[in-house]
Amino acid sequence: MMKIKKGIPLIDQYDKNFMWGGKFGGNFVPETLKKPIDDLNRLFEKLRKNKSFIKERDYYFKNYVGAPTPFIKLQNLTNYLGGAQIWAKVVSENPGTAHKVYNVLVHCLMAKYAGKKSVCTDTGAGMNGKNTAMVGKMLGLKVKIFMGLVDIKRQKKNVDVMKKYGAEVIPVTTGSQTLVDAVSECMRYFVANCDSTHLVVGSAVGPAVWIRICAWSASQISRELLVQIKDEFGKIPRKLKLLNCIGGGSSALGFWNEFIDYDKKQVELIGVEAGGSKKSKKHAAPLTNGSKIGILHGSAQYVIQDKDGQIGETESISAGLDYPGVSAIHCFLKDAKRARYTSATDEEALNAYKLVTKFENISPSLEPCHAFAECIKIAPKLSKDTVLCINSCGSSLKDADIIKSKLGYYTE
Amino acid sequence: MKSEIQLAFENCKKEKRPALVSYIVASDPSKKKSLEILKSLGKYADILELGFPHSTPIGDGGKIQTSSYRAIKNGFKMKDVFHIVKNFKKTIKKPIILMGYYNMIFQYGENNFLKDCKKAGVSGIICVDLPWPENQIFAKKCKKKSIVFVQLLSPTTTKDRMRKIIKNSHSMNYLISILGTTGSKLNVSPKKILKNYNDIKRINSKKNLVIGFGITNKTIKSFKSADGVVIGSTLCNAITNSIKNRQNPALMLNKMIKKLKRKIS
Repeated sequence: MMKIKKGIPLIDQYDKNFMWGGKFGGNFVPETLKKPIDDLNRLFEKLRKNKSFIKERDYYFKNYVGAPTPFIKLQNLTNYLGGAQIWAKVVSENPGTAHKVYNVLVHCLMAKYAGKKSVCTDTGAGMNGKNTAMVGKMLGLKVKIFMGLVDIKRQKKNVDVMKKYGAEVIPVTTGSQTLVDAVSECMRYFVANCDSTHLVVGSAVGPAVWIRICAWSASQISRELLVQIKDEFGKIPRKLKLLNCIGGGSSALGFWNEFIDYDKKQVELIGVEAGGSKKSKKHAAPLTNGSKIGILHGSAQYVIQDKDGQIGETESISAGLDYPGVSAIHCFLKDAKRARYTSATDEEALNAYKLVTKFENISPSLEPCHAFAECIKIAPKLSKDTVLCINSCGSSLKDADIIKSKLGYYTE
Repeated sequence: MKSEIQLAFENCKKEKRPALVSYIVASDPSKKKSLEILKSLGKYADILELGFPHSTPIGDGGKIQTSSYRAIKNGFKMKDVFHIVKNFKKTIKKPIILMGYYNMIFQYGENNFLKDCKKAGVSGIICVDLPWPENQIFAKKCKKKSIVFVQLLSPTTTKDRMRKIIKNSHSMNYLISILGTTGSKLNVSPKKILKNYNDIKRINSKKNLVIGFGITNKTIKSFKSADGVVIGSTLCNAITNSIKNRQNPALMLNKMIKKLKRKIS
């Protein structure tokens, strides 16, 4: 079985081929990208040890993102479900309304250090696009965003915001016209412009260095959470469960990072993938449904594919989870049995949205609603001294149209 | 024994011209038609690349993407590529190089893939997203089967890296002309591309080096001095157009490759 080393950050537990557990990750890229990847690796290793860079990063995390984001008890939901205590880390309480802001900020600062004047990125739900547009504008970078046409239509509100910030949104009309195609098209653009542009990959996917930078940046979430939990409970509770939705898996890696070394009996990590519609066979849950290892976007990972190796089509009500693969580090956590992965259907996520907004003053987007769905399933069966904490990593405003069409109403 | 690929290059050198390397996607627009197209190219091309289409081709531009999606939509299965090669080789003895993405080889199984390559008569393999040194083990397996594993070099490849790649390479390598995907516009001068080409040739002149990406009927004659030139997107686009205009793609591509050959002869 794969083993996680204690005391070493997950992002550094790769082998000579940049693979985790000898099986996941790597750099399966066209030759042209080899040098940009080497350069970025060197830059990242240099900057993560550079005190003034860290100071600058923390300055923006504090004064721009607004660290720490709230850690609150959902008392009404706890009472209603009548089991474990339910808490939320409301990461969406930041100007970008999603966890994507951490990765984007670090990348944009790196681009500045590297002397690049423009960045390109992919987006599914539009959260990464919106954050890149926002941060890019603040730091004076030109921003190009690749987004599938299907996603442009279903997440129009975020597209409007991107444009408002002056970013160029490029519709991707190939394949399924969703996130997977947006990532491909963005990589193609980067291949052609790697000398002048910095690539921001929107999640902890892609060639290894982007996985590492993304997880490293998002770890701010668990650094805050660790302090908040200790403040609240005096120590790490005996039974703590951290629930997070999984698309590419960046928010979960950030949410879990500081808790990896705890015994899993004390701190259980639960990842919730998108199970798709109850009526459909399609899904976006490669970890839950036992997909085989394959190569997607430069990285070896569990990925939805057919026997030949063609990447399969996915389906989810949540654009942000609608991706056939998953971060190599999650594959590693699954095989090392450190995290448990399950899925929630579209219907369960919507139902979770209904319940959470009925009882509490938060309005999570459809992505974290998948994690809330699992919470609703397990909380009643758990003891009162169990602490369930959900990463509410995105706000629902972008989903207003979908929610309205499905439920007949929308609560901001 | 010399490989078919090596012999093809030597023949071209005798005729004082570069080898003309064609690229089309297997099963585009159908298994039967693409065999016809391949045969029609085989009359003039010296080496024929046959792509096995992938649903997520991160190194390919729009034209080859279109061909790939069309082939997949029309039911392409990995075994089809071997069927096409086997039937082609029955009548035409020119070398065939398979080109594609690693996931397809990985799922087929490296050993299984090479076994079927050998059986069908494949002479070489290009794997777009398995760069050096990650490809070392697979390249060795190819060598054992006397199949040429073609290494790729690009404008971003450093001198040091070039030397290492060339040292570890088989008899043929492929220079990606520009920063970009297949079929991109040639946005640097042929002179600059040829400088890069000559730098690589100076490392080891015996290794055959072909130039590809962005080569069209307008630019091809600038590369007369190279060991070989690859023409891919232009051909794939011609297939798209002939379908649109209800023409016979095999006939169209035959005419096209004939013209291209004249330009470098």
